[in-house]
Amino acid sequence: MIQQIVVPILYLLSAVLFIRGIKGMTRVRTARKGNLVAAFAMFLAVAATLLLMGVVDYRWIIGGVIVGGVVGGVAAVKVKMTSMPEMVALFNGCGGIASALVALSVVWTDSVELGKVETLGSVLGGSSALTVVLSVLVGGVTFSGSVIAYAKLAGKVVKGEPILLPGRHVINALLILGALGLGIYFAFVVEVPATIALLAVIVLAISLVLGIMLVIPIGGADMPVVISLLNSYSGIAASMTGFVLNNNLLIISGALVGASGLILTNIMCVAMNRSLANVLFGGFGAVETSGGGGGASEYGTVRSYTAEDAALVLENAERVIFVPGYGLAVAQAQHTVKELADLLEKHGTEVEYAIHPVAGRMPGHMNVLLAEADVPYEKLKEMDQINPEFKNTDVVIVVGANDVVNPAATKDPNSPIAGMPVLRVWEASTVMLIKRSLSPGFAGIKNELFEYENTMMLFSDAKKMLQELVAEMKDVLAA
Amino acid sequence: MTESLLFGVYVFVLAIFVGFEIITKVPPTLHTPLMSGANAVSGITIVGALIAAQTAPPTVSNILGFLAIAFATVNVIGGFMVTDRMLGMFGQKKKK
Repeated sequence: MIQQIVVPILYLLSAVLFIRGIKGMTRVRTARKGNLVAAFAMFLAVAATLLLMGVVDYRWIIGGVIVGGVVGGVAAVKVKMTSMPEMVALFNGCGGIASALVALSVVWTDSVELGKVETLGSVLGGSSALTVVLSVLVGGVTFSGSVIAYAKLAGKVVKGEPILLPGRHVINALLILGALGLGIYFAFVVEVPATIALLAVIVLAISLVLGIMLVIPIGGADMPVVISLLNSYSGIAASMTGFVLNNNLLIISGALVGASGLILTNIMCVAMNRSLANVLFGGFGAVETSGGGGGASEYGTVRSYTAEDAALVLENAERVIFVPGYGLAVAQAQHTVKELADLLEKHGTEVEYAIHPVAGRMPGHMNVLLAEADVPYEKLKEMDQINPEFKNTDVVIVVGANDVVNPAATKDPNSPIAGMPVLRVWEASTVMLIKRSLSPGFAGIKNELFEYENTMMLFSDAKKMLQELVAEMKDVLAA
Repeated sequence: MTESLLFGVYVFVLAIFVGFEIITKVPPTLHTPLMSGANAVSGITIVGALIAAQTAPPTVSNILGFLAIAFATVNVIGGFMVTDRMLGMFGQKKKK
């Protein structure tokens, strides 16, 4: 009775709560509660499953939960907000590999360990046998792809630059076809359990290689897209595992995550004016810059200023807009930005923040960083909202951003970033660019904004320069 | 095969559409928490992992299940906790 009726009802309830929870997470006011609802749904799903299993040997289950719970819990509490993209990437990978491992475990339980000479298709049913393969494939790709994304984001091993192997499309196509071919072969043709086991492991190995191959050619600037996509994959992998186990709850929850990841992927692609195919296969950043605008390092007159000069301008500004970019995250300067903003506001200046959709290393990253520094989220303006406002603004302070404020995107049709939506900061009376050097951004192209007459270049580490500005503004206020 | 597969595909496709319908117009402020929260939901695979890890003696399937539970729990616990932490930062300002 319990197994046939109560458990399915609990699963249904759990699926409904997941939907409610995720819906809640799409609005600021309800987001925190939505997250808790989803967490409760997860608890319910686990409780229902334990009910379904009846009394079993819990040692391995408890062991696994303790190990995973401690690792996940400590990571969640300790992680710095600047490192959030890395951690989400790793969590993604964990979900992906878990799905793959569950599918493999089914192969062992129902075939290999029983030792029956029969195909997987006839033991599990064709639908489950087929989806075992997909679950292993997608889960494996999610795992190794996420690990590489993590390594790129953390600046470890690979320095974030795209690595382009010759003939990689052919190699990747062969890997996918090989994994699927071998998968279908071991699922429906092979009858010897030992061979099934071996081939299943080989498919996992191929999918791990494939995940690496798919992510290494993608540049650092495209990481927001990649993380969103891997997020989607981890959901699809869970769904596939749901097919294997004939469990609708897994299918539904996985599909929700898959959809959410795809939506975010699409938002990121639109923000960069690129198609998904272009991000995945283009190897942006390694593409030759097609004329227009000259080399990345050739600059004419660039005006360099000190913090003192900048403070004099800021003193008379009535309206200031900050444009934070990834450089701000790297320098951990979000709190210093807030400090400067507070001083300006005390001085009577209106302060706002313009957030480009792909600022930071994952969707919405910059919003989280500024929220951490206690910046009210009402002050964070989206690109479409703030763009008409720049012409009425006295000073724009760009901290560690480059490509997202490049005028070439709107003015030079030959530019590699032509058509990409950018923040039109140059329309403000004065633009202050805090930057370490004239080095190009991830797109690897020149930014003529540096040469504009209303541009003040403040060459320094973001945090250091902001601290100097804070000190200067304090003097102004004291005077 | 066809019947259970088709039924699953129905559920899958409809759920994708539900996902697209409810997640329209996410404000950019919430992109990161939404992603990490959704990410935690993908840890639902823990349900499968529980079933896989239940057998008693350490067999291969059991060890695979154990690993799956550990990975899925990192995903679930870590994901929900960090999302709550982030969303807590958005909430603070309202009280002030």
